[in-house]
Amino acid sequence: MDELLRDFLTETAENLDQVDVELVRFEQEPANDKILGNIFRLVHTVKGTCGFLGLGRLEALAHAAETLMGEFRSGAMATPDAVTLILAAIDRIKEILADLEKAGTEPAGDDLDLIAELERVAIEVSKPKTAVDPTLGRELRPGEVPLDELERAFRETPGPDIAIAAPRPAAVAEAPALKLVEPEAAKPAAAAPALADEPRGGEVTLAGQTIRVGVDTLDRLMNMVSELVLTRNQLLDTVRRRGESEFGPSLQRLNHVTAELQEGVMKTRMQPIGAAWRALPRLVRDLSSDLGKKIELVTEGADTELDRQVLDLIKDPLTHMVRNCADHGLETPAERVAAGKSETGVIRLSAYHQGGCIIVEIADDGRGLDVERIKKKAVANGLATEADVEKMSDAQVHRFIFAPGFSTAAAVTSVSGRGVGMDVVRANIELIGGAVDLRSTAGKGSAVVIRIPLTLAIVSALMVTADGETFAIPQLSVLELVRTRRGGDHVIERIGDTSLLRLRDRLLPLVRLRDLLGLATQDADAAEDVFVVISQVGDDIFGIVVDDVLHTEEIVVKPMASRLNHIALFSGTTILGDGSVILILDPNGVAAAAGPATHREAAAEEAGSGFDDRADIVPLLLFRAGSAAPKAVPLALVTRLEMIEVDTIEATGGRMLVQYRGGLMPLVPAGEGVALKSAGAQPLLVFSDEGRSVGLVVDEIIDIVDHRMEITIGSISAGVLGTSVVAGHATEIVDVAYYLTLAFEDWLRRTDRPSERNDQPAVLLVDDSSFFRNMLTPVLTAAGFRVTAAASGGEALRLLRDGRGFDVIVTDIEMPEMDGFAFAAAVRAEGLAAHRPILALSSLTAESVVERAREEGFSDYVAKFDRPRLVASLETLAPRWRSAA
Amino acid sequence: MSADDPITYVTVEVAGQLFGINIGRVREVFALERLTRVPLSPAEIAGVLNLRGRIVTAIDMRVRLGLSPKTIDEHTMAVGVDHKGEALALIVDRVGDVLALTASDREAKPATLDPRWAAVAEGVHRLDGQLMLILDVERAVDSATLAQAA
Repeated sequence: MDELLRDFLTETAENLDQVDVELVRFEQEPANDKILGNIFRLVHTVKGTCGFLGLGRLEALAHAAETLMGEFRSGAMATPDAVTLILAAIDRIKEILADLEKAGTEPAGDDLDLIAELERVAIEVSKPKTAVDPTLGRELRPGEVPLDELERAFRETPGPDIAIAAPRPAAVAEAPALKLVEPEAAKPAAAAPALADEPRGGEVTLAGQTIRVGVDTLDRLMNMVSELVLTRNQLLDTVRRRGESEFGPSLQRLNHVTAELQEGVMKTRMQPIGAAWRALPRLVRDLSSDLGKKIELVTEGADTELDRQVLDLIKDPLTHMVRNCADHGLETPAERVAAGKSETGVIRLSAYHQGGCIIVEIADDGRGLDVERIKKKAVANGLATEADVEKMSDAQVHRFIFAPGFSTAAAVTSVSGRGVGMDVVRANIELIGGAVDLRSTAGKGSAVVIRIPLTLAIVSALMVTADGETFAIPQLSVLELVRTRRGGDHVIERIGDTSLLRLRDRLLPLVRLRDLLGLATQDADAAEDVFVVISQVGDDIFGIVVDDVLHTEEIVVKPMASRLNHIALFSGTTILGDGSVILILDPNGVAAAAGPATHREAAAEEAGSGFDDRADIVPLLLFRAGSAAPKAVPLALVTRLEMIEVDTIEATGGRMLVQYRGGLMPLVPAGEGVALKSAGAQPLLVFSDEGRSVGLVVDEIIDIVDHRMEITIGSISAGVLGTSVVAGHATEIVDVAYYLTLAFEDWLRRTDRPSERNDQPAVLLVDDSSFFRNMLTPVLTAAGFRVTAAASGGEALRLLRDGRGFDVIVTDIEMPEMDGFAFAAAVRAEGLAAHRPILALSSLTAESVVERAREEGFSDYVAKFDRPRLVASLETLAPRWRSAA
Repeated sequence: MSADDPITYVTVEVAGQLFGINIGRVREVFALERLTRVPLSPAEIAGVLNLRGRIVTAIDMRVRLGLSPKTIDEHTMAVGVDHKGEALALIVDRVGDVLALTASDREAKPATLDPRWAAVAEGVHRLDGQLMLILDVERAVDSATLAQAA
């Protein structure tokens, strides 16, 4: 294709996108001459260039559109119909351009239909002539306006300080080929080039300001710089190994220059995200009229820059999501008014930087996701069973949106439901190492939050070793590093095949890189003295156990060879300073491969349910005590697992004691028939609170499993809460409280005698599950609270109405009949709480629920199994001194 | 091209068997240095290496032919080939002479040839005292063929 023509096509495509945006703006602000001037100039440029290149069909169409716009310039009212017509003409121009790009010539046919219509409207709008342009002072004839008008406008608009080239009718030929000003620069504020616009075509070259460079050239440059970075790293490495060298200073300089060059080239590839948003105002306008909804598009942070490669990849997902907001999210004006909202719905697009990432949010203030409808659809599509969806939290239900082939519109409209779903959006985003999340509040709107990396080419990575091999872990997913050592601050605990690390009262699952990669295992001693890379993938936090941590380095990511990229654990390769190749670990892959303990979502998907139900899942510690059948206790209750020498256990007065952490700890057998081993190491589960510890003697610690907490059979014997099927075996869920009282008789009884201890803050614990009431009562009692438990919101309200005073109320959120939110509302409505804090307790930790709890006036929100946080929160909300005073 | 035009082969030896690789397919012959093994990869992938800034995937021809893996040291030789835009290296026991042979002398694969060897050979040349199998590079490096053989 002719180079001139190619340049024309690129330039015109950009100009037309700009026209779309400006026209929509113009419709909203018909009085803004500046906007009109811009549109006029852009269309005029297209027309002029077409004429020059002999593209008759395009020229005629552009001319007719220009004529109509001329009428607006001379004061005619810009009616929505007229704007729609111009937009239609622009669309037709785009079609012709597309054909032109393919074939190299204009397609056959004419556009008389559109042209006639444009002229008709031009005459029609010019008739009223109520506002004759004062500078013109005469009637306008269609077709005559542009030239005069334009030149007049040029003369009358004040010029910028920079020199403006004189009109050069002869220079049009080179104009399109030579320049041009990027559309961003040509936006309203930069009307400067427009001023010098010459009726017959091109724009003036503001030499040296911007030049058009092929994307290939930039990509090639980027590759070269990547290689340069590698070579520099190699040189630095060599000199470092040799020690003092005369190369030192010049290498230092090379180092700086390379770094700056790298930054500079990266910058050339950066584009403001607004470039991906440019088509959206037009889209929203069209959607608004198609759907009969009033929609306002608000954008924030359009100048946030990101790599153009990333930008290209998110363009389509963004468009899709805006479409979704307009179609599914926002209500009709009537519905909105009925719901007490303003007629106009708002779609808000925002972009900002956050820790090496760009966050893009697409939010609407519509009806929010329809949980019931999604549930129905999920069941209808076979994504889950009815029983499943009933148990799911709203957040879990929301995630179905991302399931393949899912569309929520009750009727598939022409606007959405075109086969591209949120699953594709998610896949596209994840492809570039990003993540998608969803928030929705019924009646208030929903938001999709996308997190994308700044660039794909160079990442900062942590170098680690396993079995003598070096691997890179992208820094983005690394939270912190922990060194473990026998007898040190951090110790790896092991249960069954599972390794765990207790870090600031969180119990993190560990995965050993050596095991994961099938490398040789370390001997037992060395395996204790290792580094743990605490990583986060989505909401999952886990530790990757490595032999050693070397340093961090900026690495250039090279793709995996095609025959190796089925290995999900690696995301690519890179060449180090010394020339060796190392593999880059993919934290997503590691999390997935690490199994259900660290990546429950993956496990849920494998099970065919396709949703994330981690909220209901509790890690259980399985052990054997007395009988062959396994017993279980929620892992969160257990403080430590210990192996102690049987010799050190002392028996006094029928009680067993052991020296433990500078004190004597009583030991209690965990069930009948549990006997101490005759020699060697005795496994213990240690429970500690407020400086007191109890050791539960067990025969064997089996494993840790993730289990959905349901007690199927009620308790029949003391010390057992009930039976649940765990990993295919009927398992007794042990009543920890029972054993704690065996060790310290007063551990529980304090609740029974509140009058004697009324210096302690009183807690009202509302939970429908007897399991949780039984579990939390001893925990809170041990922490120094007087606990009164209620099995339902109704029961709790009765207690409050009876005048029982409590310092703080702790309530479960998910309860039948009256849920935690309703209970809290009732308490406040009846004035029963009198400024007493109410704390929400829930197994749902989705952000939306937390947010709702805040909105509903809960003082704090704690996950059910987060015992230390619960205690800490209670101590803040109801400090002991308050009651004592 | 007439059947009498000579075709130039780079000869290599794998487990005592002579193979000829069409010189047009050979990018370079080099000694393996610093091979990085790739955990969890198929057995015939010996690892990846850096060859002047390109990442090359090395295939152990012994494993490819169903034999035990080669012990790799810095003297181990490899033949670099390109396949579908990616750089590959075929690890061999020894690189021999370059021979120009005419296509008319070429013979079909003997029916008795071990199927794993037959799978990667496109013909045979009789040389003085030994047979040279013509290596079908496409099949030798194709992951689908690899999967079948495994």
